Order: sequence, then structure tokens, then C-alpha cells
Amino acid sequence: MIEVQNLHKGFGDVQILKGISATFEAGKTSLIIGQSGSGKTVFLKSLIGLHTPEKGKVIYDGRVNTEFSIEQKRQLRQELGMVFQGSALFDSLTVEEDVMFPLKMFTKKPVDEMLDRVNVVLKRVNLENSNKKFPAELSGGMQKRVAIARAIVMNPKYLFCDEPNSGLDPQTAIVIDNLIQEITDEYLITTVINTHDMNSVMEIGEKIVFLKNGYKAWEGTNKEIFKTDNEAVVDFVYSSNLFKKVREAYLNETK
Amino acid sequence: MNYLEHIGKYFIMLKQVFTRPQRTRVFKEAFFREIDELGLKSIGIISFISFFIGGVIALQTALNLEGPLIPKSLIGFAAKRSIILEFAPTFCSIILAGKVGSYITSSIGTMRVTEQIDALEVMGINSLNYLVLPKVIATILFYPFLIILGMFLGIFGGWTAGALSGIFTSVDYIAGIQIDFQPFLITYALIKTLVFAFLIATIPSYQGYYVKGGSLEVGKASTKSVVWTIVAIVFANYFLTQMLLT
Repeated sequence: MIEVQNLHKGFGDVQILKGISATFEAGKTSLIIGQSGSGKTVFLKSLIGLHTPEKGKVIYDGRVNTEFSIEQKRQLRQELGMVFQGSALFDSLTVEEDVMFPLKMFTKKPVDEMLDRVNVVLKRVNLENSNKKFPAELSGGMQKRVAIARAIVMNPKYLFCDEPNSGLDPQTAIVIDNLIQEITDEYLITTVINTHDMNSVMEIGEKIVFLKNGYKAWEGTNKEIFKTDNEAVVDFVYSSNLFKKVREAYLNETK
Repeated sequence: MNYLEHIGKYFIMLKQVFTRPQRTRVFKEAFFREIDELGLKSIGIISFISFFIGGVIALQTALNLEGPLIPKSLIGFAAKRSIILEFAPTFCSIILAGKVGSYITSSIGTMRVTEQIDALEVMGINSLNYLVLPKVIATILFYPFLIILGMFLGIFGGWTAGALSGIFTSVDYIAGIQIDFQPFLITYALIKTLVFAFLIATIPSYQGYYVKGGSLEVGKASTKSVVWTIVAIVFANYFLTQMLLT
């Protein structure tokens, strides 16, 4: 479980996060949604330690980030998996080498064992027979799957995904969403996803946190988001006619 | 950001670079990759330039040292001194600053803007140590060989120019390069090479690592890195010459 308490972060004079608190439970997929510029990416990067918050705490299963030594910080990072928006695969490495990289850095396993583990996770993300390809030879969806494989190869306790569906067609986006959900359920990972994708919100949002102008404006589940009368959430989530109609149909059905 | 801030940030970067590698086998792999990228792939350009510039130095010296009282062996002597003292260590390093410096900045800068460095940090890896240390060690260990190759080919180029043009004879040239051989001058050239190799690896790494923005900024950082590396080499050359030869 990850507990966030009163998180503040700014750059220069601009305050991005203005005191956000939230809880992300283990074995559940939590989504962070909000308009561009609402602070989603800064929030996610503050959770994983790429940004140092000015105020507030992030507590990982009882371990408080502000009290970490360098060694504890490094240890915690080995428990994190991160899927970046642009996949962030290492250009000079093949798929196999890329996924094996964390194992090489943090384990003393022989190469055969590492290779077995790589093949297991590549199979898990439905990406067999691509071991020797370079990132440039893969489609966007395949790159995302490699990024997911690399993120889970060390059996992380926490998985973070920054816009995992960006730039993907709707069908591939659903495949990626389902994959993340399955992995979360299977390994009981605490998963936090930053997204703009409303299909993800409806499909896998076991918990949704809505950010607006650096504040948490709403939180609930994907069932509750249909019923909410929070104006900011309604304006954002149901901005398209299609989603307005979906919401109306859902509300009529549940009356 | 002013110059002093950049210098301070550069030294803070160096502190993080010079830590113990997290995994020796990963470091070794990266080191041999850098030997190939930064060293072996520079042999061609250094050989080509050294040979022809050596030829030009010998020809220019011969054409400017005409007189009945000037021995022809002076051509070989002057060419050897110019090549060993300045051309091979300094000129070749400036060429390497252009070739290797832009490569280092653009490769690290691209990793920065595509979040590959963030990915390393999230994994708990000291990205500066992982990315920069193998480059520094590879250049420091390999460039002395490259510069010695440059010296050899430069002197050989001078001899070839004389032999082909007939402006001076092989005997005079070879006699010239044997006059007043001082081993310390080779040591001086190699000390300079080590300092320049360090600058060639670290300044472009700094420019690439702290780049912000997109591909345009990576391009600008590459240009800036070449300019600043050359400026640093020229300054270091002056101070080292002052310290070691006067």
C-alpha cells in the first residue's frame, strides 16, 4: 500500500502540487486522471522519487520516504517498476538485453537463469520471438509491452505507469490495460496509472483520483464516477457526447 | 545559469561519476562498448589526418627553411618536434572533441529527453556512474595509443611527402628525426593527452546529461559541448605547457 500525505511540489515560483493526500491499495489498480497541466506526471514522479517533494510524505508499506538513507532509497527503487509514457527502452539494447538489464544490475544469477526469467515475462506480455529485435524495430504497442516486461521482471511490489495508452490504437490500448490489470491481480502489486484515456477509467479504474490545478478534486471508483455530481469531474470525464450518452444510459439503467 | 554555476554543477557531477560501479560485469560490458565507440572507431580519422598533416608540416618546413647554411636534417627535426609536441596531442584531441564529443552529448542527451535516464534512476541505478565512468576510463586508457599512432603516422607522412616530392631526401629526414631525442617530450605529450581525454569524455557528458527539452536542444547541446571542450583543451594546453616545459 502507498499512502501519500499532503504532498507539495513546485518548480521556481510555480507550485504544481498543492497538498495532495491519497491512498493506493495493494493488489488494486488506481488511476490518476486530470487535465494536461493538472500535475499528474509531477505527482507520479514525486511518488517514485524522481522529484523530491518540498513538503509531505510518501509511505510505502510503513516506510516513509523522507526518512530513507541512500541505501534504503536504492533498495526501495528495486521494488518499483515503471512504465514510461514513451516506453524509455534503451535504444542500444535488444528486447532481451533491455528486459534482462535490471536482473544484471541487481542479481547475481547466472545468464541462463536470467534468460529464463526474461522469457517468462516476455511470454506473460505476449511478446515471444522478439528477443533479438531492437526497440526501433518494434511497433508502439510492442514497445509498451517490452516496457511492462522490464518493469515486472524483478517482481516489483509497486508498478507505476505514465500514460501507458498514449499513442496506441483503441484495440491495443485495451490489450495494454487488460495486461496491467491481470499482472496487478496476479502478483498483488500496488499499481498506479496516470491516464487521459476514458476507456481505461471505465474498464480498470478500481480507484480513481482526479487532480485539478494541483489539488485532489475528487476520488472514487469507476462505478462512482458515473454517479458523481462533482462539476469538475463531470466536465472532464464527460466532455465528449459519446461519454455523456454512456453516462445517461448508465444512470437510466440504475434508476 | 552563469559560468560559475555550470562549473560547480560539473564538479558535483564528477563526484557522482567517480563512485564504485554497482555491477562489475555491467561496467566491463559498457567499458568495452565505449572502447569500440570512442576509440577504435576514431582510428580511421586520426590516421588519415595525422598522415596528411604530417606531410604538410614537413613540406611547409622544407619550403620555409631554404638557405645554404641550414642543414636539410632540420626539416625532419622540426617536423618531429611539431608533431610530437603539438600536432598529435592537441590537434588530434581537438578533432576528437568534435567527433567523439558530439557523439557523447547526443547519445546521453537523447537518453535524457526520451526518459531513458529516468528509467535508470527509477531502477535504483546511479545513472551518471553507469553512463559516464566507462567513457572516462575508455578515453583515458585508449587515447594515449591513438595519439602515439598519430605521432607515428604524422612523422611517416612527413617522410612520404619528402620522398614523393623530392624536396628533401629520406636520409636527411631520418637523420633529422633522430637529432636530440628527449623522452620527456613524449611524456609531456602523453600527460596532455590524458588531461584532454578526461575533458573530451566529461564536458560532453555534462552537456548531454543536463539537457532539457527535445531534439533541437540536444542538437544545440552537441554544438555547445564541442565548443566548450575545445576551449577547455586550449586553456589546459596553455597551462600544462607552462607548467611542464618552462
